[in-house]
Amino acid sequence: MIYVAWFLILLTIGFAVLSVHLKDLLAAVILMGASSLIVSVLFVFLQAPDVAMSEASIGAALTMAIYIIVVKKTEASEK
Amino acid sequence: MTRSIVYSVFLALIVAVVLVFLVAFPFGQNKMGVGQYYLDNTVKQTGAENVVTAITLEYRGFDTLGEVTVLFAAATGVSLLLYLTDEEKKRRRNPRVQPNFVVRVGSRIIFPFVVLFGLYIIVHGHLTPGGGFQGGAIIASGVLMLYLANPDMHVSRNNLLITEGLAGLTYVLLGTAGLFTAGRSFLANFLPLGTPGLVLSAGILLPLYIAVGVKVGSEFSGIIDDLFSQAGETGGEA
Repeated sequence: MIYVAWFLILLTIGFAVLSVHLKDLLAAVILMGASSLIVSVLFVFLQAPDVAMSEASIGAALTMAIYIIVVKKTEASEK
Repeated sequence: MTRSIVYSVFLALIVAVVLVFLVAFPFGQNKMGVGQYYLDNTVKQTGAENVVTAITLEYRGFDTLGEVTVLFAAATGVSLLLYLTDEEKKRRRNPRVQPNFVVRVGSRIIFPFVVLFGLYIIVHGHLTPGGGFQGGAIIASGVLMLYLANPDMHVSRNNLLITEGLAGLTYVLLGTAGLFTAGRSFLANFLPLGTPGLVLSAGILLPLYIAVGVKVGSEFSGIIDDLFSQAGETGGEA
């Protein structure tokens, strides 16, 4: 169990660093949403289902959707 | 060159601080007695099975009012930047791409179930994990799905604003009502606690969380509506 948690933590950090460095903004937003989703799984591991639900619905779904709308309506890649 | 030196110094500082805290405080161990107090007394004092809900609405109800206010300020800020009147929205939304039939009809069939699930989460906030914030966000994501699947989808922004305001007013009025009861304090739990484990229990926690859920749902829907109705480079669709 603890190895799964470590794997997920490393994956989250990797996604976060990648989403900062990627030039393609849509890919960066999707990676950010994925990292939120993994964090919500980690909250379940820490026995905090309430926080996990908030993180999954707001962090992974709504925030990502709002960012994607904004990226679609502005520039798709960073210069 | 100087930038990379500054970066490395900050990185070293962050790593050092994290290591110090990891060594000084064992992760996940209870350092304070207050957590055990809540676990021991919540069901007796508030009648709520979900301790987290009891803390956010009963013991720290005033903080939740502040949290709701912050969200209200954020939604108002988005409206301030992106608000359009209803006629202007209809004129501006001019989709070039129509989603296919299955997506449009399927989203309309799924939407009631999403709303039902959100309501379930809100109403059972004091019994199971979840509550007003989570349920409201789920309802708003249902609205988001409708917006994605139907380019001519349109919710009246004024109705959303009125719903949001009434829900916020309900929270404040329920809190104020506590001032005139035996508790004599803001957000005192003046309704009967009932049997823990039933839906109609835990006094004012249920109406409070319904108010929070409606408020969060309409606020997020409003933000989504504002964003979608602003025509950008791609026309009206996103």
